[in-house]
Parts: sequence; C-alpha cells; structure tokens
Amino acid sequence: MDLHVVAPLASPAERDAVDAVLSPLIGPPASGWHGGLRDSAIDGHIARGGHEARSHRDLLLPALHGVQARIGFISQPALAYVCRRLSVPPAEAYGVATFYALFATTPRPPIVAHVCDDIACRLVGAEELCNDLERSLGPAGEPTRDGRATWLRSPCLGQCERAPAALFTNAGESPATFAVAPIDAAGIARRFELAASPTTATDPAQRSAVDPAPPAAPPTPDERLASARASVPQAGAPALRLLRRIGQVDPTSLDDYRVHGGYLALARALELGAERVIEEVTTARLVGRGGAAFPTGRKWAAVAAQTVRPHYLVCNADESEPGTFKDRALLEDDPFALVEAMTIAGFATGAELGYLYVRGEYPLAEARLAGAIAQARSAGLLGSDVLGSGVTFDIEIRRGAGAYICGEETALFESIEGKRGEPRNKPPFPVEVGLFGKPTTVNNVETLANIPAIVLDGGVAFAAIGTEGSTGPKLFCLSGNVERPGVYEVPFGVTLGGLLQLAGGVTGGRAIQAILLGGAAGVFVGPDALDTPLTFEGTRAIEATLGSGVVMVFDETADLVGALRRIAAFFRDESCGQCVPCRVGAVRQEEILARLAIGRPRGSPADELALLRDVGQAMRDASICGLGQTASSAIESAFRQPGMISL
Amino acid sequence: MNAGARLIAVDPRRTSSAEWADLWLGLDVGSDIALANAMGREIIAAGLQHQAFIDRATNGFAAYRAKVESYTLDFAERETGIPADAIREAAHAFATADRAMICWTLGITEHHNAVDNVLALIDLALLTGHVGRYGSGLNPLRGQNNVQGGGDMGALPDRLPGFQHVENDALRAKFDAAWGIPVPPKSGWHLSGMFDAMERGDLQALYVIGENPVQSEADQKRAKHLLSTRDFMVVQDIFLTATAELADVVLPAAAAWAESDGTVTNSERRVQRVRKAIDPPGEARDDLAIIFDLARQMGHDWGAPDPEAVWNELRTLSSVHAGMSYARLDSEGGLQWPCYDESHPGELFLHSRLWEDPVPGHRVPFVAVDHDPPVDKLDDDFPVRLTTGRRLDSYNTGVQSGGYTSPLRRGESLDISPEDAATYDLTDGERVRVVSRRGQVEAPIRVDPSLRPGLTFMTMHFQDEVAVNLLTIDATDPKSGTAEFKATAIRIEKLERPVPA
Repeated sequence: MDLHVVAPLASPAERDAVDAVLSPLIGPPASGWHGGLRDSAIDGHIARGGHEARSHRDLLLPALHGVQARIGFISQPALAYVCRRLSVPPAEAYGVATFYALFATTPRPPIVAHVCDDIACRLVGAEELCNDLERSLGPAGEPTRDGRATWLRSPCLGQCERAPAALFTNAGESPATFAVAPIDAAGIARRFELAASPTTATDPAQRSAVDPAPPAAPPTPDERLASARASVPQAGAPALRLLRRIGQVDPTSLDDYRVHGGYLALARALELGAERVIEEVTTARLVGRGGAAFPTGRKWAAVAAQTVRPHYLVCNADESEPGTFKDRALLEDDPFALVEAMTIAGFATGAELGYLYVRGEYPLAEARLAGAIAQARSAGLLGSDVLGSGVTFDIEIRRGAGAYICGEETALFESIEGKRGEPRNKPPFPVEVGLFGKPTTVNNVETLANIPAIVLDGGVAFAAIGTEGSTGPKLFCLSGNVERPGVYEVPFGVTLGGLLQLAGGVTGGRAIQAILLGGAAGVFVGPDALDTPLTFEGTRAIEATLGSGVVMVFDETADLVGALRRIAAFFRDESCGQCVPCRVGAVRQEEILARLAIGRPRGSPADELALLRDVGQAMRDASICGLGQTASSAIESAFRQPGMISL
Repeated sequence: MNAGARLIAVDPRRTSSAEWADLWLGLDVGSDIALANAMGREIIAAGLQHQAFIDRATNGFAAYRAKVESYTLDFAERETGIPADAIREAAHAFATADRAMICWTLGITEHHNAVDNVLALIDLALLTGHVGRYGSGLNPLRGQNNVQGGGDMGALPDRLPGFQHVENDALRAKFDAAWGIPVPPKSGWHLSGMFDAMERGDLQALYVIGENPVQSEADQKRAKHLLSTRDFMVVQDIFLTATAELADVVLPAAAAWAESDGTVTNSERRVQRVRKAIDPPGEARDDLAIIFDLARQMGHDWGAPDPEAVWNELRTLSSVHAGMSYARLDSEGGLQWPCYDESHPGELFLHSRLWEDPVPGHRVPFVAVDHDPPVDKLDDDFPVRLTTGRRLDSYNTGVQSGGYTSPLRRGESLDISPEDAATYDLTDGERVRVVSRRGQVEAPIRVDPSLRPGLTFMTMHFQDEVAVNLLTIDATDPKSGTAEFKATAIRIEKLERPVPA
C-alpha cells in the first residue's frame, strides 16, 4: 500500500472541516508529513509516524462526515488531507468513502433530500411522491434550477410510522441534517427554499409532524413530548415497561429522567456487583432483540471471562432493517435509559469504553444521545468514577453513513475501525476477537433497554413475563396499511391479530393481502397467520421470524410484486460485495423478479421460480453473513404462500 | 509490522517504506557511518550495550569504543542532517528491543566505502547482541529471487561453491579431485576489476551471461567504450540487450523461470525448486544446455544436461548443501542452508554458536571504521546531490520490465523537491539539463515532496531515453568492487525556452 498523496492541496475550508473533527481529538498536524506546513529543514530529515500515526484510523469516518457536512462531497484534495492527518493510504480511504451511501465523492449540490421509496413508504404513496418530484424538481440526482439542491431515492429511513419520509442533508458552514415525515413534494420544495436562504438557521434537532410549515423555533418540551406520543400510540399506558417514559419524560433533561426512576438501576447494579448482574440477566433468559436472539447473559459472561484486555461494549443502534423504527423511538425519546443500560453492561462485562454506533439517518437520536452522554458525564454518571464507585466507563458515539450491512455486528466493528463495512468470518466470535481485536459485547438498543428492569426487579420477575421460550416485553414496529402505525410494546405471546387490533386494524377496514414479519430479511405471512403467537417459538412454527420486530401490513390493494422488487433492489444495493454468492445472487434475484413482473420469463414462470429458489439456496449456503443468508428470505416466502403472488 | 513490530527507516528520501515507519531518519547521502557510529557511541554512553555478549563472543570492543568516541550526537547531526535527539531515540530503541534486526540493500552498498558501511552495521549488532538469535540479525535483502543463489554457487571472483575460498589449497584440492582438472589457484576479478583490466588491455574476451553492463555500469561513456573495443564478446541473455547489440556472438537463453528446471535461493538462504512449464521461444535454449555444448566444443563431454545431477554434484562438494535432495526440496517446500545431511532440518538463522558458552570457534571481531563522505564532492559548480535507485514497477535497466505496461510508470525524470523547483524556476514536467563532472543528460523534472532541497533522484530504468549512468561516478569500493551509484554531484540547467514567434 502506498501512502503517497498526489492530489492538489486541500482548500482552507476543506482543511478546516477535517481539523474541526480531528484537532480536538489528536491535536493539530504534527509536521508537514501529517498535513501541517512543510518545513523542509526539519521535515526533510525526520518524521515520526507508523503505529502511533495509524492508531487513529477509527477517526476516518468522523473526518469524512466532517468534510461531507461542510463541503457537500468528499473531494480528492480533502480526502488526501484526511489521509495525511491519519496516515491512511489514499486508495484505502477512497474505498471507505465510496462504500457509504451518505458520502458523495463527486460534486453535488449542498442541499440534498434523501426521499424514502422503500416498502413501508411505498404503501402510503412514496412512488407518487417521487413522480411528483420528477415533475416539479426534475429527475433524481439532477440539480434543481438554482443548482443548490437535489433529491435522491433512499432506502428505508426508519420513519415508517409517519411515512412517507425524507432526510435532508444541508452542507455548509452551519450544516444541518434532519428528517421530515410525513412530507410531500411541496414540502420538499419548501425545505429547499428555506435551506437555500442564508438567513434561516436550521435546528438539526427539529422534527415536524406535519409539513410544509417547519417550526420557526426549536421545539418546546411539550412539542417534544407530543411528537414522541405520535410515534408511540400507547404512550402513557400504565403497563408499559420499555416505553413507559416515552412521551412522559423530557429526553433532554437528566433531572427529569431521574425523577422518572432513572439511574436507580445503575446504583443497584454497582451494589450487586458484576457477577450478580450477569446472573440476573442469565436468569431473566433475555435474548438479543436485534434479530439473532442470542442469550444476552451467556454473551456477557463470555466477555467477562476473557483475560485479554481491554474489553469493549458496542451498542448496535444502526437500525436499518426496512420497516424498523423501534430503537429510534427509544434513542430519541428516552436516551438516558440507553446511557444507563450501557453503563451497567460495561460494568458487568469489564468494559471501560462503550461505542454507540447510531445510524447516519438518525440525526435527532444522535443529538439527543450526545446531549445525554454529556450530561451524564458532567454528573459523574460516566467517566473515571461512576457514581463514586471507582468504576470507569465512558461512551463514544459513532455515526453510520448509510450502509445497511453495518448492522451486522462484525461489519459494524469494521466501520467503527474506519474501514469498509465488510463482515468478518466467524469464528472467532466477537466475545473473543471483536472491536479492535479485543473481547467485545455487542448488544442491540432494545436488548439493553431491558437491562435496568432486570437489575431492579430481578431476573426471575423478568422471566415471568411472556412465555416459557420467549421472556420479557417486546417492541413491534407496525407500519403500512394499519390505522395507527407506531411502536407497540406487548409481552411475548400476544397474537399477530391481537397486535393488529391494538393498532386499530387495517386502514379503512380493508382485507389483508399479506403481512411482512421481520423486515426485508423476514418472511411474508398471510391472513391465516393472525392467530400465531408472537414468540420466537410461535413464529418458528410457521417458518416465519420475529426478526427486528417489523409487522408491515399490505392490504388487498397493495402492490406486492412491486414490494418484492423493491426488496430485491435493496439487497442488490446493500450487498457489501465481499462474497460472490451474495454479490451476484442479489443481482440475479432482482433480474428474475423483473422478468416475471414484466411477463417475459426465461422459459416458464415455474422455471424462473426454480431458479429463484436455487439462487436463494446458494446465497444461504455460501454467504458469510446474515445479509446474504437472508436476502432471498422474504421474496421466497411470498412465492411459498399459495396464491399470495399472482403473476 | 501488522503484529506490532516497530520500523525505523533510514533513507535520504522519504520512500513508501519510510511512510510506514515509526521513525524516519532522512540522512544526507553517504553519511551512514556517521549515523551508525554515533548510535554506537550513544548506546555505550547510556550503558545499553550487551556487555556479557561482547565479553564472551567478540573481540576488538575497546578499539571500537575508542573509535566511536568522537562520534558525538552533535557531530552526527552535522554530518547526517538528522536531529540529535532522533539519533538518540533510534539508538535507544535498537539497543533496548528484545529482538531487532537491521535490513539493508543498495543504499548501503552502492558507495565507495560499501564494506565499511556494512561493518559499521555489524558493529551495532555485535554491540547489542542482536545477532545469532531468533528474530534478530543482519539482513542484506536481495534484489532478485536468486542473487543469493548466484553467490552460493560460486559466481564470485574469489569463491568456489558453498563460499569456499579459491585460494585455500585444501578446499581447492577437493574440487580439483572432483573435476579432474586443476582449478586456477588465484582469485579472479570482480566487475569493476574487469573494467580496469579492460582499460589496461589485460582483458580482451568477455562471456556475459544475464547482465547488461552497457547500461547498468556507472560512468556509462567509459563502460560502453571498453565493451565495444574488446577482441571478442559473447552475450548469453533472454533478451537482445544493449550489451548484446555490441556482441560478436549472441546466445539466446531460456528464462530461468517457467522455461527451466533447477533451484533458486532467496534472501533467507532458502533453496527452492523451479520447474519448467513451457518451452522457450525460438532458438532460445536452457543455460545448462548451452554450457554443456560449449564444454563439448572445448573437448569435455559432460553427457546430457541434467539439473538434478548438477545439483547432486554440488551437494558432494558443498557441505552446507549436502542434505538438500531434490526429493526433500519438493516435499518440504524448500530448505535453508546450512543443511549438512538428509536428517538436518536446515537453519532458521545463522551464528547461534555465538550464544554458546564458551563460544565454539573464533570470536567475532568489531571492525571500527570511519566516516568518509562521497567521492563526488558538492561545490559551487555541482551543488546538488543526485542519488539513483529503483521504482516499484520497473527493474534495473528495464530489460525485463520495459516490455510491459504499468499504470504507475511515468518514464524517467529528475525528481526534485518543491523548494528546488521554486529556486530554479521550474514547473512540474519541464525538461532540464542535468550535468555531472562526467556527462550530461536531459530529462523532465518531477516535483516530489519526499525530497528536500539539494537532493534529487533518478532511476536507471529508461536508459534508452535518459542514460542516467552517463552522470554517475565509477568510484569503487576496492573491497567489494561496487561503484558509488548513490552519490553524484550535479547541477541543474534550465533549458532555453523557444522564443515565441
């Protein structure tokens, strides 16, 4: 690998953008070789670098974010400057920059609307929205008339309960990133005008429930609570556990969090000691809520037992499964709870540093979490002496940049380490060789959200909730054609039909065509599955999955074939390309669906379906990670259901 | 390095390797001994030498200590240009490492005092005990897959196969007996010696195998003149090189890779098999077949050429190769010499005897040497230092690499620092005249921040376009016969721009 940097010098703005991120962490450039002014009398005879200089590789993504936000794209000179600062070969850094969808490496307008056209938004008019935009603003990716803005199609933005959604990224000296949902073409045009006018400061933390009139001032606490309640229709109900503070507590106030019972669990955990905490989690039979359902207690115990130091904790908040937004609700509206839960997990597993990897499309969550961490730190709830116990634990936020694959735990490690998000071969498993090659606990947001209750009430009490095989409460993301979409909390065991009733049933009382469980990597079921209890064992019995808790309803009028093609396009786009079966199979799968949809199958439709199954089997057998292994799951399941797909 | 090893790169230029190093020391060309001796002095001053090893396994330490006494850090800073504290840092890091090795290539050896440069490094290894142990040692890295093999087989003016000295009567007698003829008892000439002999008229016939001296030798004008005025020259090569163009007879040879059977030996003394996969093109023939035919013409019928039989003959004459049968080389994927018999696994590293107590055999001497700057001095007429070297995607005079395209290849250039480009009012790509005391060439400049003011760089890859060795000096180390390619004094002349009409 060659570190030779040949690009022209970065502009002052580009250097500022990089230094604003890096200098507070690693100081200004140490020499001309590291991006500083060249003094040939010294730089001509000596340079320090090597392991020390390369040890900051994990700051590559933050630096690229800095450039993207300020300049609007990552130019070659800016990239070269980042490479100098971090001793990363330019070819490698370019490989990273081009891997992530939110980074652009060619010039584009500073204001970009990323318009979701994924399966949930399609059910409520995303295609119509895109058509409107083509008419009013021009084709996707083309600059608007004034050249200041453009719009792009985007995979799921995790705003499904308020679909259709758009994410705005406004680059410049005061960059802003914010999601707006629901939104229409006029709303997007209005946002473009507002962002382009230099007098309008845009609050990155704003979120409007109804467009096109954006709030002039930052939201008041009451507005924040109202917005939270809109996402969680059950908000305020007395039986809630995971969601009990949503819409009740000011997510920006540590004091309010403590008034609502915050930080009692951490105090109790410190009292119990690390081993007892792990015992309680094991007794609770809590399993991971990210989709893989691995026993959390076993994972924690395995990491705690590792003699290699340091240990790391990673919270996977890269919620990207289409149709999933439950973690977003927790992150945005109860951020202190996650900070507390991570602190308990770090204490229990012997980690002194936790990384919170939040998806790039969740700017509000990131802002709230950053605020929560800062407040916790200054209150002595994070740092070198947590709650006066002598325990050390702190949290660093890392922001994703638009890559579904980074939800895979080892791809997430790679991303934190400043690399392309390409999954690793397992074994070794993360509990032995994880982040930076060290023993690592990686937990999903919802998994961690269960921890405080387990610590306070005990594992036995937790295990009494739900069923024998699936303990505790569970969050579900209801979206699509339901009356009251949103995040719902129920004990494991409630039936699919029962959950739908909770959400007011199908919109307009129409008939159900299909329900997607578990997201794009999940399984379609028919109306006959309404009696299925929503447990790990119950869904397994009908060859379905709970996955990440997606329950997306397609009514009788929905374009199911269009949804399948969108899913296929999603996997084709999101495959990291590392394994051939996934990289090629995802393309073949999309092509087969396209041929079937336009009525021009190769051979008979039955031949095409046999080929589809064959491709799916190859991806399942030979991909190294879950993406490739599940890329055909939903599509094949739809064809398995008698009569679900008519071609 | 991925596993945590630390790298200190010592090179006048900030090369790609230096970019990866934990510490880069950009010394002035030809100041290697000043640096090494200062490191030695600092190690002794700090009490970091491995005294037990020195006492048990070496001699000459007192003289070495006295010699390096004058090499203070300040003196070294003046001579090398490297800040004193960085020299101290390097000295301490090397001395205190559990395991440390020194690797080098032509930057050490292409000097008029090449052997002294190497001795200064050996002294450092002896001083710190970084020799004869796993993970430590002195490693001259070879530039080709089989440079080591060439030396091992006796392609040296004073050695028979297995590095057995030709002037040692007992050793030579073994070869006399095996070959049935008396081997000439005196050392021959090395390459530079041959050129001197040609100049004197003592050498009139040449048999050149796989070498392109017309373009690879320093002071090319002289080299070309001497080679083109011999009575008779045979060139045996896989390409029609510039040297072959001057030959009376050209013998087209098969490539040693893919077209021949045999063995090669790499930098770590590992002998490996190479196998013929394809027939050579046209009239090209295996080197062995050519040599066997020549022998037959000279009245010695060696039978049919058989690489394994030749190898087995070597095994009877060179004890360090004795245990390396073709069967073992095949099944074990190569063996490192010394390998004395068929049960010997080969040695991972040399000189482990130095750690036995008492040391069997002779002790190793410190050989104290002095700094001696390059012969081609800088002055007002020739104020700029030119050093020559290689680029990643090209090979020596380009005979083997020039026929292939590479996205990295930009042709020859005079690489100069941004500061010098400004001083001489030159823009990137502008052609200049480069003048040394021996000749001149024209070349475009390339602005390269890996260079500092006063230091320039060229390669010898594109001899047909830019004959760099017209500039270089043939000042030669009398002990090794290597010319000082690394240090030429030049001046840069801006070419007259055509006056716009």
